[in-house]
Amino acid sequence: MSSITGGLADTKQTAASPIRSSLWRQAFRRLRKNKLAMAGLAFIVFMFLVCFFGPLFSPYANNKINPAIMNQAPSFKHWLGTDLLGRDVLTRLLQAGRISLTVGIASMIISVIIGSILGAVAAYYRGIVDQIIMRIADLLLTIPSLPILFILGALLSEWKVPVEYRMYIVMLMLSFVGWPGLARLVRSQMLTIREREYMQAAIVLGLNDRRKLFNHMIPNIVPLLIVISTLSIGGAILSESVLSFFGLGVMPPTPTWGNMIDAANNLIDFEQHPWLWIPPGVAIFTTVIAINIFGDGLRDVLDPKQKK
Amino acid sequence: MKNNVIEIDHLSTYFYTEEGAVKAVNDVSLRIREGETVCIVGESGCGKSVTAMSIMGLVEEPSGKVVDGRIHFEGRDLLRIDKHELRQIRGNDIAMIFQEPMSSLNPVLTIGMQVMEPLMEHQKLSKKEARKRAIELVELVGISRPEQIVDSYPHELSGGMLQRIMIAIAISCNPKLLIADEPTTALDVTIQAQILDMLRQIKEESNTSILLITHDLGVVAEIADYVIVMYSGKIVEEGDVVELFEHPLHPYTQGLLRSKPIIGQRQDELYSIPGQVPNPLELKESCYFYDRCEHCMSICRTQQPVLHSRAGRQKVACWLYEEGVSHG
Ligand SMILES: Nc1ncnc2c1ncn2[C@@H]1O[C@H](COP(=O)(O)OP(=O)(O)O)[C@@H](O)[C@H]1O
Ligand code: SF4
Ligand SMILES: [Mg+2]
Repeated sequence: MSSITGGLADTKQTAASPIRSSLWRQAFRRLRKNKLAMAGLAFIVFMFLVCFFGPLFSPYANNKINPAIMNQAPSFKHWLGTDLLGRDVLTRLLQAGRISLTVGIASMIISVIIGSILGAVAAYYRGIVDQIIMRIADLLLTIPSLPILFILGALLSEWKVPVEYRMYIVMLMLSFVGWPGLARLVRSQMLTIREREYMQAAIVLGLNDRRKLFNHMIPNIVPLLIVISTLSIGGAILSESVLSFFGLGVMPPTPTWGNMIDAANNLIDFEQHPWLWIPPGVAIFTTVIAINIFGDGLRDVLDPKQKK
Repeated sequence: MKNNVIEIDHLSTYFYTEEGAVKAVNDVSLRIREGETVCIVGESGCGKSVTAMSIMGLVEEPSGKVVDGRIHFEGRDLLRIDKHELRQIRGNDIAMIFQEPMSSLNPVLTIGMQVMEPLMEHQKLSKKEARKRAIELVELVGISRPEQIVDSYPHELSGGMLQRIMIAIAISCNPKLLIADEPTTALDVTIQAQILDMLRQIKEESNTSILLITHDLGVVAEIADYVIVMYSGKIVEEGDVVELFEHPLHPYTQGLLRSKPIIGQRQDELYSIPGQVPNPLELKESCYFYDRCEHCMSICRTQQPVLHSRAGRQKVACWLYEEGVSHG
């Protein structure tokens, strides 16, 4: 075949002028216009930077216990005061932030991976595979996640899991309750995509299952996954805090925002030493709100239902 | 005589709805020779697309099922080979183009990637070779700046360009048979002509057989060698395009041809066949066309006419042409 030009062919092809203005770039352009979402993002970035780099500049980063200065109110030397062991609250707050943010993100990543693989497999193969996966997911979804987490946390204490491993196990626990919702969502999205004409076209091209699944179906749910995973970080941080507050999650001396609040769990500390619980409380609150605002902004620009 | 590329015998495909079974394709047989363009025509809903879907193995159980028939292709029966074998034939030996180019391409993959995929799958080209070939193919279907086009996304191109891309994808592995289901219906008239020209060129230059589905007799006249007229899931008439256009035998074909505007000839009003297609759920033993037919006889209401050969390759299913049937 030399060339098939089809008679009059190739008249005007102006439609594609700003070529390579990729789909992502367009979405980000729209995201930048959303002031609230950008403020949320800015706050998240700020939180990350201070938590991960702040302690490097603190003279109290070694967490030395110093009974001489316990429970001191905020001062020029200790901006947020000291705790009942005489450690600098600000430094600990930032160190706790590292752990809380890491746990939140890591458990999100694990549950997104598990949830999307299982959801995609269920939707793609249907039949018995679908039945098994979705029945397990349904079972986990019918039980509210906090009780499950409490039981798991209690088991950890019972089995005397070493304190330094608890952080990792808490991540896994949070993923364990996080994946079923994601799997269900991914599955329903995949089932819709399956019916699209371009999937018929992919079948007709004789593409193998791997290509159909990873090149054609999954990229179509990536925008949704990004939105959901962003929003789920907030939820994971909150759950971790609750668990740690009740002494069932990450345990001291590893600091997290949740177990810092727990330090003020008696009425005297609560009333007399508010610098023990207000800073971690505010940190949890603002971080989760910022993540949710940013997630909503992402949803506006990425959710397929909003696209024309 | 040239070889048949595909031979379809007694194909029947039903859909099972809540109200009952729809015989979407009802005992259809057809063959396509090497380098021949066969057109299936008929009103919307007569089973053209389902015929194509059955060939490609796209009818999904349990809602639909190919209940009977054989589809011979290169010594194999497409209805009875395993999934793996079928996958190697699809996209490679038999390719298909759909009606809506906009929705047939994946919105999140670049054009280039979508042209490259079958090349990597069937021809086992490396990514680099496939990209090079994709650019050549995009150029081949008459699109300029192919190096840039391959990196763009479907929503950045016009419908006509997308249909060219679909053709590029379809011919990428040099298929023996190209199935095109209403490939021009969604496009502007001028673009339609270009796409048809392109199909004709493919046929001439690489001797590809084409099964073209359309409801537009103008398209048939442009491109067909052989025509199959379907009505309510059955073939009512078929024949070489010249024979059939000059001597249409079946009253339905005659009606279709009368309703086609003739260029250069003024018509006060476009003729259309009176009446409606029968409800596919309520078909009974009769000629399915009887209540719209001006020649309807008593036998037409109670017995189904069978497709019988006439002169040349022409065949018709109508009691008017059966010996010993009283006309009246
Ligand atoms: N998925 C389906 N479920 C039920 N009925 C269907 C389905 N697809 C097609 N049909 C029926 O089969 C018949 C033929 O359809 P089709 O081949 O699409 O017609 P066309 O000739 O316009 O391409 C129609 O009556 C249609 O209602
Ligand atoms: S069989 Fe009878 S009703 Fe049917 S097309 Fe022929 S003449 Fe008309
Ligand atoms: Mg159709």
